[in-house]
Amino acid sequence: MTRKSRRLILIAACGSVLALAVGLILFAMSGSIVFFRSPSDIAQQGIAPGTRLRLGGLVKDGSLRRGPDQTVDFAVTDTNATVEVQYKGLLPDLFREGQGVVAEGMLEPGGRFRADTVLAKHDESYMPREVADALKAQGRWQEGGDKGGPKPVTASNGGTLGPRSER
Amino acid sequence: MIVETGHFALALALAISLVQMVMPVWAARSGDPALRQAASQAALGAFACVLFAFAALTWAHVTSDFSVQNVVENSHTQKPLIYKVSGVWGNHEGSMLLWVLILTLFGACVAAAKNSVPPRLRANTLGVQGLITFVFVLFIITTSNPFSRVVPAPLEGNDLNPLLQDVGLAIHPPLLYIGYVGFSISFAFAVAALIDGRIDAVWARAVRPWTLAAWSFLTLGIAMGSYWAYYELGWGGWWFWDPVENASLMPWIAGTALLHSTVVMEKRDALKVWTVLLAILTFSLSLIGTFLVRSGVITSVHSFATDPTRGVFILAILVLFIGGSLTLFAWRAPLLRQGGLFAPISREGALVLNNLFLVAACATVLVGTLYPLLLEMLTGEKITVGPPFFNATFIPLAIPLLLIVPFGQALAWKRGDVLAASQRLFAALAVALVVGFAVLALTWGGPVMAPVGIGLGAYLLIGSALEIVSRARGFGSGRTRDLGQIGRRAIGLPRSAWGTALAHAGVGVVVIGIAAQGWATEGLATLKPGQNLTSGPYTATLDRVAPRAGPNYEEAAAFLTIRTRAGDEVGQVETGKRFYPSRKMSVTESGLLTIGASQVYASLGEIGQDGGIGVRLYYKPLVLMIWLGAVVMALGGGLSLTDRRMRVGVPAKARVRPMPSAAAVPAE
Repeated sequence: MTRKSRRLILIAACGSVLALAVGLILFAMSGSIVFFRSPSDIAQQGIAPGTRLRLGGLVKDGSLRRGPDQTVDFAVTDTNATVEVQYKGLLPDLFREGQGVVAEGMLEPGGRFRADTVLAKHDESYMPREVADALKAQGRWQEGGDKGGPKPVTASNGGTLGPRSER
Repeated sequence: MIVETGHFALALALAISLVQMVMPVWAARSGDPALRQAASQAALGAFACVLFAFAALTWAHVTSDFSVQNVVENSHTQKPLIYKVSGVWGNHEGSMLLWVLILTLFGACVAAAKNSVPPRLRANTLGVQGLITFVFVLFIITTSNPFSRVVPAPLEGNDLNPLLQDVGLAIHPPLLYIGYVGFSISFAFAVAALIDGRIDAVWARAVRPWTLAAWSFLTLGIAMGSYWAYYELGWGGWWFWDPVENASLMPWIAGTALLHSTVVMEKRDALKVWTVLLAILTFSLSLIGTFLVRSGVITSVHSFATDPTRGVFILAILVLFIGGSLTLFAWRAPLLRQGGLFAPISREGALVLNNLFLVAACATVLVGTLYPLLLEMLTGEKITVGPPFFNATFIPLAIPLLLIVPFGQALAWKRGDVLAASQRLFAALAVALVVGFAVLALTWGGPVMAPVGIGLGAYLLIGSALEIVSRARGFGSGRTRDLGQIGRRAIGLPRSAWGTALAHAGVGVVVIGIAAQGWATEGLATLKPGQNLTSGPYTATLDRVAPRAGPNYEEAAAFLTIRTRAGDEVGQVETGKRFYPSRKMSVTESGLLTIGASQVYASLGEIGQDGGIGVRLYYKPLVLMIWLGAVVMALGGGLSLTDRRMRVGVPAKARVRPMPSAAAVPAE
């Protein structure tokens, strides 16, 4: 085997693995990315039911209702708009009415949001960053409470992120 | 007083690291070997200073000295002693100090390992290490001083985040950092080689033990972190593709590639430039990881606004080291003598393929981790790149990689024979197929990927065993069929051969553990005492819920009895909800019951007004194999480290003229 053909094989191998990686990334990017939306976004944009998204805002005061078999209903609000959420599972330890929350799941045709993951803060002084930003955009949130360090804790059926912020 | 002395020691370390950085350059100019020796002494001195500073901070934490800001924010008098100690690195400032402590520890080890590295290479390496130490100590002193005081001192501290009050904090960060930061040595070696403009098999032999040690610790650190997340978070997941996790996974993948390319360089004097680049990239990924975790950029790109100096400083460090080393690489790499090209079908060819797939997999993780940050910075759109993305990109790249692992082992150096290799692997392939199909048939209707993964794991395990057997059996005229002789030869094989086989077998164990999670089950119900919940083959009965008090928390503990479907009692599980008054925070403590390598996992939800309590019960088949496999991999790395070849670093040539170092030794 000549030097030239050895080099060609090497380059071909590099090229094909690289092409495979790029192809996989592009394919996965098109299908598996989840966008963050606030209740106002949902009210204004008319998002198609069945699209996976992350909904963030404050848990509306007095909206929390517990059903049978660990089903919970609550409403997420950014004070301009409100979305009803249903979730089946254990809520995070720091889930409270009036405090920040991020729910991941999809909209149902009736406008209710079915969450399979609920994230709350894991520290008293922490507000999920997307929620803080969304509220800031609505002019409802002042800087100061957000310490920036810790990350949200997840309760989920499939599992998403973990809170090891200090590692 | 101790605190001030610690602060002073840190400042002294800054000055000493400057000496460590400058001396090798001066030595190269003046040609005076004594100056070179000074770099080694400076490295030892810097380590001593940082160790003292770290001990001083630990002292402040252990004695609950609330005049120190760091202690006030992260400690409490009632906190158990182990968390007072581990709380030292359970915060930004202390963890950076641990980072630097390990950095200087590695520098001191290189300085102390007199015979394994040629003196000139050692001096230059220590010089680069000195620069890294200088910059990071400067970062700590200027932006993250752990020794700042509070006046007046409060009577009580704020306590450590309850999620961190766990043995995991005592073990996971030190292990992870030894790995993460240990790659700085490989980086320093690479930059030293570039500065010198010379690189050869001696370089590869000198750098390999350090890379191997760092890699083994990083493997343990990641596995420990994963297990911690698994039992502490209460959702039973063992890997979340969270950016913080990816930050540690990326250097691990690149380090794995580096480990393999160094072998090629040592054995065949090829892939030199590529190995140097990989060494630079591996530590660069460690730095990116440090940046992602420590600057707060993951929580928010806007965390720059809450503490702009820190993020900007780490970003500047990133630019300095990654940009600087890559520029140096672009400038000096053409000067390095290229190794020869080799036949594609050979062990080195297989290792190149291994490197390609590893680097591609690493790149997909990097893209998935950084893309959301970039997109938000550029467009303001917030997205999440979660497990579906990584499953769709990482796994398709990992499978071919795992398939070539035993093949590469079966191929000979220089020129391999695919047919002969396949024949040698025939048993592994056959068993893997039989196992895969048998499992598929037994679990018909279940997930399809799980049997595939089990087959793949079996293939890796048997492939590693076959490697030892075929090496012990011998080749050509030395070939034997006598079992006793094979056994004796197998014991006599170099430890690095056993280490390699063990590490690859560990990968097989991990793959089986991961695949088996396809059959994991989950049950959820509101239970009152006496009621049952079933998940998979096991049923849990809630016996009682009782309050109890811990040292710094109150707990509602639930006691569950686990039975098989047939009703035989298997064991007891305790799970609880703890409330920490100092932080007004409640934390769920999951309960685990280990049955062989499988686990039954219970965690609690809210306790309702009617006395019902939300219970989640998981059955996790063979889940322990995931972490045990990682331990086996690390053991393989450790076994290779004890190989004689690793310790005889510098070949005979250097021993003929030991004059410079021998002359300098009595002067110490």
